[in-house]
Amino acid sequence: VRLQDLQQPAVSSKVFVQRDYSSGTICKFQTKFPSELESRLDKQQFEETIQTLNNLYAEAEKLGGKSYLEGCLACLTAYTVFLCMETHYEKVLKKIARYIKDQNEKIYAPRGLLLTDPIERGLRVVEITIFEDRSIGSGR
Amino acid sequence: MKNCEYQQIDPHALPTPTPTPPPHHGSDGDKKEEPKRPRRKWEVFPGKNRFYCDGRIIVARQSGVLPLTLGLILVTSGLFFIFDCPFLVKHLTSCIPVIGGGLFVFVVITLLQTSFTDPGILPRATPDEAADIEKQIDNTGNTSYRPPPRTKEVLINQQVVKLKYCFTCKMFRPPRTSHCSLCDNCVERFDHHCPWVGNCVGKRNYRFFYTFIVSLSFLTAFIFGCVTTHLALRAQGGKGLVFALQESPGSAVELVICFFSVWSILGLSGFHTYLVASNLTTNEDIKGSWSGKSGEDVTNPYSHKNIFINCCTMLCGPMPPSLIDRRGFLPADESVQTAGPDIELPTLATKSEINVCTQGTKGLLESATRSPLLSTSCPQGKPQTAHSCPDNSPTVNSDPSPELSTRCGGRHTASSQGDTSPRRHTKSHSKKSKRAALHIPNPAFDVPVSPTSPDAGPSSEARGHKGVSFSPLH
Repeated sequence: VRLQDLQQPAVSSKVFVQRDYSSGTICKFQTKFPSELESRLDKQQFEETIQTLNNLYAEAEKLGGKSYLEGCLACLTAYTVFLCMETHYEKVLKKIARYIKDQNEKIYAPRGLLLTDPIERGLRVVEITIFEDRSIGSGR
Repeated sequence: MKNCEYQQIDPHALPTPTPTPPPHHGSDGDKKEEPKRPRRKWEVFPGKNRFYCDGRIIVARQSGVLPLTLGLILVTSGLFFIFDCPFLVKHLTSCIPVIGGGLFVFVVITLLQTSFTDPGILPRATPDEAADIEKQIDNTGNTSYRPPPRTKEVLINQQVVKLKYCFTCKMFRPPRTSHCSLCDNCVERFDHHCPWVGNCVGKRNYRFFYTFIVSLSFLTAFIFGCVTTHLALRAQGGKGLVFALQESPGSAVELVICFFSVWSILGLSGFHTYLVASNLTTNEDIKGSWSGKSGEDVTNPYSHKNIFINCCTMLCGPMPPSLIDRRGFLPADESVQTAGPDIELPTLATKSEINVCTQGTKGLLESATRSPLLSTSCPQGKPQTAHSCPDNSPTVNSDPSPELSTRCGGRHTASSQGDTSPRRHTKSHSKKSKRAALHIPNPAFDVPVSPTSPDAGPSSEARGHKGVSFSPLH
């Protein structure tokens, strides 16, 4: 057993939560609980995480007064405002990143899991990495 | 058996094994300090795109006729300002150059934005994802090395939609996504590949494209009107048109260009206004996906059933981010736990779930918890000004120039892009007209495209009453 193995948990497998297209092309992930996670995580916890993510993405893509205003203003300026302003979507993406980091720290890392931000996978999947359960005594 | 298929990670992208990962700042200064500078993701991008300004600007491999489009616009507008404006300012009003100038600026900016923006490219699936999807396909009993074309059906707003599996990108395409063989990318809400603009038109740059063609219609009509007025005024008093043309030769050129362009551009604007109002893409309209021609009761599941809302969604909706993260740095610590010189590529066991990942887990945790690279990079590839950055010399049309001319020629004879209006019969003077009817709709929709398919030349396919030409597939 090498020292490195004690320090770094090995990746056991990855689970991919796919997109849910039943409502169209908006960004939404399936809330079906993957069987590989059954031993590690509560179903409810998982569903809550995914549902919150879905809500956040819905907020980013929401068509409301504010986004229309932003869009119209952009159109009038030949969309040059996009060069200097952070769009609403980008702001929400930052929020999502913070949420995922938070969830990882509080819930997933203690269980040997890791959520990957979907934006790093092109918003195709939520990738959950499962680490091998090493109970060799090194500080997890 | 599966090892060969998933070698999508370019071995050169995996850096030399340094035991400590470089700190991720996102700043350029760090590049020089490392023994090998950390590379940005655009450098290993698998599609056929070219990048300028260190990843800020993205264009398709072939710039198409973008220089021609830009040239025509600049020349016509230049002639307008030089020849017509002085006369008209003197005889009519000085608003004319102001309006003309405003329109011109608008047109050029939106054109450059359409050309240089990421149209909504979907990054290819990572090897692990691809393996996961492959596993699912194989579980249904298919044990061949390369699964046959698979479709997945989903129900969207009570409408059955088939999702196709993309062999190049190794994933099931989201709805309305198509793979463009010219750019070798899957593009979301794929409309068409526009050679005039030298880029695909998709989710992210459709609004720029629409604004471009609408403002170009206004500009062309405006210049046409002004030139006509100018010549008419000059020809007054019995002097005759010939005299007027001799006095202002530039106007003759403008007249010809505008006359032949204005119909096509207006037609195109009208067509796209129809598409925007019914939330359709050119691709869907041509294929007749929602027109119910097969006799079934199909409606467009994406339409909001309200013209106003459809327009607002498309043109004023939130701007989605670029998914390909061109300027992010490649994670530099991808060596396996053995920090040796040999780098293991991902080996995927056939049936078991154990994947040995090449990324060190430290890197995983880092990449997962660091804030999205979007926030550190600059806005998504919009040109800062109209200048082109000389970072990489644009190798314009080095290889595909013979194809280009044949493709243009092929399209000229092939006809319209499926416009429903009957005005499209101006085919003879295609050289000068800005025939955006030459847009290539998605050439790859029914047949999987292998990643090495070169564009060998045009092939025409007649689709019922709509004759369009497609790039060949094999």
